[in-house]
Amino acid sequence: MTVTASRLVIGVDVGGTFTDVFVLDESSSLAKIAKVPTTPEDQSHGLIDGIRACVAELAEVITVVHGTTVATNALLERKGGRTGVITTAGFRDVLEMRRRDRPNTWGLWGTFEPAVARDLRLEVPERTLSDGTVRQPVDPASVKLAALQLLEMGCEAVAIIFINSYANDANERTARQVVEEIWPNESVTVSSEILAEIREYERASTAALNAILQPTVGQYLAALEDELRAGGFAGEVLIVQSNGGVMSVDTARAFPVRTALSGPAAGVIAAAHIGFEAGYPNLVTCDMGGTSFDVSLVTEGRASLSPQTSIGFGMVIRSPMIETITIGAGGGSIARVDASGLLQVGPESAGSKPGPVCYGLGNVHPTVTDANVVLGRINADRPIGGRLDRLDVGAAVSAIREHIADPLELEVIPAADAILKVANAKMASAIRLVSIERGHDPKHFAAMPFGGGGALHAGALIREVGLSHALVPRYPGVTSALGCVIADMRHDHVHTINRMLDELDFSALDAEMVARAADGREVLDRSGVTFEGRIEEFELDMLYLGQTHTVSVSLPVGVNKGTTGIDRVIALAAFEESYRATYGRLLSGIPIRVMNLRTAVIGRRSRFDISLLAPSPVANKEAASRGTRRLHTGDNWVEAQVFDRLSLPSGARILGPAILEQPDATIYVDPGLVGEVDGFGNVLISEKA
Amino acid sequence: MIDPVTLAVLSGRLEHIADEMDATLFRSAFNPIIAEAHDASHGIYDPESGDTLIQGKSGLPIFVGAMSFAVKMVIAKAARDGDMSDGDVYIFNDPYHGGTHLSDFRLVRPVYREGAVFCYLASVGHYHDVGGNVPGNYNPVATETYQEGFLMPPVKLFEAGSLRQDIVDILLANSRLPNSLYGDLNGQINALNLGVRRLEELLDQYGDATVRQAMDELKVRAAALMRSSIVKLPDGVYRAEDWLDNDGIVDEPLKLSLAIGISGDAMTLDFSGSASACLGPVNISRSTTIAACYVAMKHVFRDVPANSGVLEPIDFVIPAGSILCVEAPKPVGGYTETILRLIDLVFQALAEAAPELTNGCAYGTINALSLAGYREDGRRWVMFSFFGGGHGGHPEGDGLNHGNAPISTATIPPLEILEAAYPVMFRQWALRTDSGGPGRNRGGLGAVYEIEILERQADVFLFGERGRFAPPGVLGGKPGALNHFQYELDDRDYEPSFTSKMFGVNLCRGRAVRLESPGGGGYGPALERDPARVAEDVRLGYVSAHRARADYLVALLPDGSVDPEATEAVRRAG
Repeated sequence: MTVTASRLVIGVDVGGTFTDVFVLDESSSLAKIAKVPTTPEDQSHGLIDGIRACVAELAEVITVVHGTTVATNALLERKGGRTGVITTAGFRDVLEMRRRDRPNTWGLWGTFEPAVARDLRLEVPERTLSDGTVRQPVDPASVKLAALQLLEMGCEAVAIIFINSYANDANERTARQVVEEIWPNESVTVSSEILAEIREYERASTAALNAILQPTVGQYLAALEDELRAGGFAGEVLIVQSNGGVMSVDTARAFPVRTALSGPAAGVIAAAHIGFEAGYPNLVTCDMGGTSFDVSLVTEGRASLSPQTSIGFGMVIRSPMIETITIGAGGGSIARVDASGLLQVGPESAGSKPGPVCYGLGNVHPTVTDANVVLGRINADRPIGGRLDRLDVGAAVSAIREHIADPLELEVIPAADAILKVANAKMASAIRLVSIERGHDPKHFAAMPFGGGGALHAGALIREVGLSHALVPRYPGVTSALGCVIADMRHDHVHTINRMLDELDFSALDAEMVARAADGREVLDRSGVTFEGRIEEFELDMLYLGQTHTVSVSLPVGVNKGTTGIDRVIALAAFEESYRATYGRLLSGIPIRVMNLRTAVIGRRSRFDISLLAPSPVANKEAASRGTRRLHTGDNWVEAQVFDRLSLPSGARILGPAILEQPDATIYVDPGLVGEVDGFGNVLISEKA
Repeated sequence: MIDPVTLAVLSGRLEHIADEMDATLFRSAFNPIIAEAHDASHGIYDPESGDTLIQGKSGLPIFVGAMSFAVKMVIAKAARDGDMSDGDVYIFNDPYHGGTHLSDFRLVRPVYREGAVFCYLASVGHYHDVGGNVPGNYNPVATETYQEGFLMPPVKLFEAGSLRQDIVDILLANSRLPNSLYGDLNGQINALNLGVRRLEELLDQYGDATVRQAMDELKVRAAALMRSSIVKLPDGVYRAEDWLDNDGIVDEPLKLSLAIGISGDAMTLDFSGSASACLGPVNISRSTTIAACYVAMKHVFRDVPANSGVLEPIDFVIPAGSILCVEAPKPVGGYTETILRLIDLVFQALAEAAPELTNGCAYGTINALSLAGYREDGRRWVMFSFFGGGHGGHPEGDGLNHGNAPISTATIPPLEILEAAYPVMFRQWALRTDSGGPGRNRGGLGAVYEIEILERQADVFLFGERGRFAPPGVLGGKPGALNHFQYELDDRDYEPSFTSKMFGVNLCRGRAVRLESPGGGGYGPALERDPARVAEDVRLGYVSAHRARADYLVALLPDGSVDPEATEAVRRAG
């Protein structure tokens, strides 16, 4: 084996247009980035191209951490493996009946195609009651028959989904044994293993989508590992989960549904870390891409998690994930005047292909980016991403005139300004939703824009919402790749308990918590990764009897000498604290129910030192100047200073109006705001004192 | 005149305030009808007329039309009493003034700016139980409103900011589930407080006059857009008739009749010829009738913003003394069934005028099923839920399987939650084969729910419809399947004598009830459906081979594919 000096950790985020690579050399503490085109037919080619753009010897790479959209794309394009379901007699339609909803409030024209077609959902006699009593044991012969039938129908994957299996998984375990004896591959998903939580539709949907993804994601990861190994790579591959933690390839093959929001999660993890180190532990992260604007909340350096999401109508995934509010207000979002004469921006989008009108690739409807170009905020001669040589300003002007200015009886410039105002208002609403509306004071939060376009709008957003600052990270366009390098390993487990607090057997709960923590530690051990530390976090979902929505209650306990020390007093105090924080006041005299136990086991990977990203000590502001450019702001054209962002030294102060340019993003400092480069190379934007 | 940019921004901000009030109540409500089924709504209303100015996107559609009548009632009372002040909150559930039924409690709060009412905020939510003869308040045999629950006229719940505990005590004393009611009431109060706070922030930021202008302008634009939609329809009179099974007291069908007149940019909805007020609880008040028409119009003309401008170009003829225009104390508890029928009438009548805008009728009944009893330890339990059915076929495709009612956006609770909360076990929860109305685009499928009692005994109440008159198709599409209910007693299956309505049948442990809900009506003639799509429906079990032959005149080969020759022969003969 070659002895090499370098120890490289590589983060790779594969997005719709670009594959971003962030390389950290642990031996020399040097960082490198690369952006290469994504190869949609097989993401692994672009991924390897990206790595090779930075690294001569794959043998020097000790870890590749991968944020992937393979799962999301397979679900959106319905290109997963052919999948069957084996379920309780009488309930095969749970997956198709959903929760009796419809796609749109107004208009009854919705349609829904279930994830697994009806003829591939087979029933077997078995029944467990809600208290866990097995009313009818599962019949192995029927299960075997069903599995054989699914194989004959060409299924590659199968999900076993029984009613009330959250309360007792005995029948599902028996069925699993029977199926595994004859199933030719490892694509077997069991609902209580992926989600031991009450709510049959959410569990069934999560399990079915997981099964659908097993062949696709499994093959992709196997091919990727083969290709890396063939190039001399001898390290480990880790995959980013939607919860912002990483997992091993083996775990990802078993639970691919947990990667559904892999890329966005990594970005939030990076933002949280950078913000914390820079002294801003409370953040609203704003990821602006081509089609959407994604907002997440970070408090005290920690991202908020939400229990579920939906990929389009009715495709529910219930698995802890970084909570993200997504609105259709990206650079490619289309502006139009609707039937009642109101200016609207999004959710229709020109995406990145054909993209904004100014790209000249065929779209004629004006977008947010077109408005930014017309107002001089974006440099038409130096488009970001390096795909185009220049942008067509004239075409953007014509499109805004025809579709916005004329119908609203405005001039072109005020119309472009109006597009940004409406877009900013939508983004501000999303920020309010995660901050003010959750009871947080915006004065204590900074915005962290990332993605290509976020930093163009950051100034307007902090003013509109009343946030203290905007903190623009050093490489806004590769934040998710950086997040891959930073993320800890994490294993989540949910189990429904559904007992009254007063009747709960706390020694049994303690035993379960200890067992779940041990399970999680075993997953960590199996990964082969070395950790700086391990922690367990326990939460209970609790509620007053009669309510249906739970409050998540963080328990202030950990495993010590084989026990957590949990008792009724601790649980009650923790509940009351959480309930009061959420709703203001407690309800006296109403009994309390414990619905779910949530266990997270986290393996801390070595901390990434963000001072590696600091500007060169010899950088100086004069050398960074690129002269001035005319841009429109308020009611005037002004001459704004333009700088090469990456050449600015620490401590540089830039008064708005100004533009800071870099290959992967553009920063706009509004008049009256000031941008300052901190010791880590972040640009901090705030009101001029 | 307000500038277009500020208008666009304020439109979003105002809608967002109403949405946030909805979300606050959904999260903190106790009863699943609000928390899970979202049977609630919030909005912002005009200070003089009470007209709806802004409505949340997630609230119950029927309330959008009804709430302005509730606010009008408070405005009238305040004018009479002359004692309204800042910090007051009115509460009431009078179904004759403000629409709907006794279960729906409204809170109305004036928002004062500089000593005058700037607008009203209102919250409405469906409480779990408000007294009366039937737990959950769907009493299919009520002949007076007093049997349906207790009626609260508009009174002050808050007086200048302080809560009147005596009013809360009256409310709690009149419910079988006072904890649930107390939790919901608190949720509504929180939602209104939050709405006031958010609105005040917005007014401080943009100025009262500008926000006022935006609110007025949005209404004007909705009306203008509605007029421009109507003017595109050919002038004429378009008629439809439909029927209710019975009123729960007298087993006779009740006719509902609609003539839609289109003349230029104006529309008249004339309900002359509809049945007279009936003994049982399927009557509705005039304001409920108008609210239902609002919902129907918004389903057809969905681009028109949700405010009172929608109804401005529409005239109503609602005969006094009819089932659609009753006053106290005529029972109105089953109002959902009647308004669903009104929406079906609008779809059917408009099909001729605007075939490309309409769709087959949806399943057309709320199927309010109440199972109630006492546990071994003496605690009372009430499982009350609504059930789903098929939506109609439409120009773009087949109807949605197992959708929610057009008057609501409610979801159904998970069956595992129901089984964990109540002593019941579902034997089946499935799509109902052959229930979708045949058509070029087929109606969506209804569902089969079979529920076994696990406690000693339970009383069963059902309030449904479409047991005798199936959900019609349009433009040659056939109707969906009828609603069907049965229960087990002494080893036999029984059906309710009123087919879709049943009062208090007592079942013992191990017995079950079975509900088969209607599918939606078809869109366009069934013979125009591609036989390959019919074969696919048979393969997936949505349609049986037998019905494929009978309804679509399509014969299949043993492998399930279309038999072209036999199909040709069936069609020649048929």
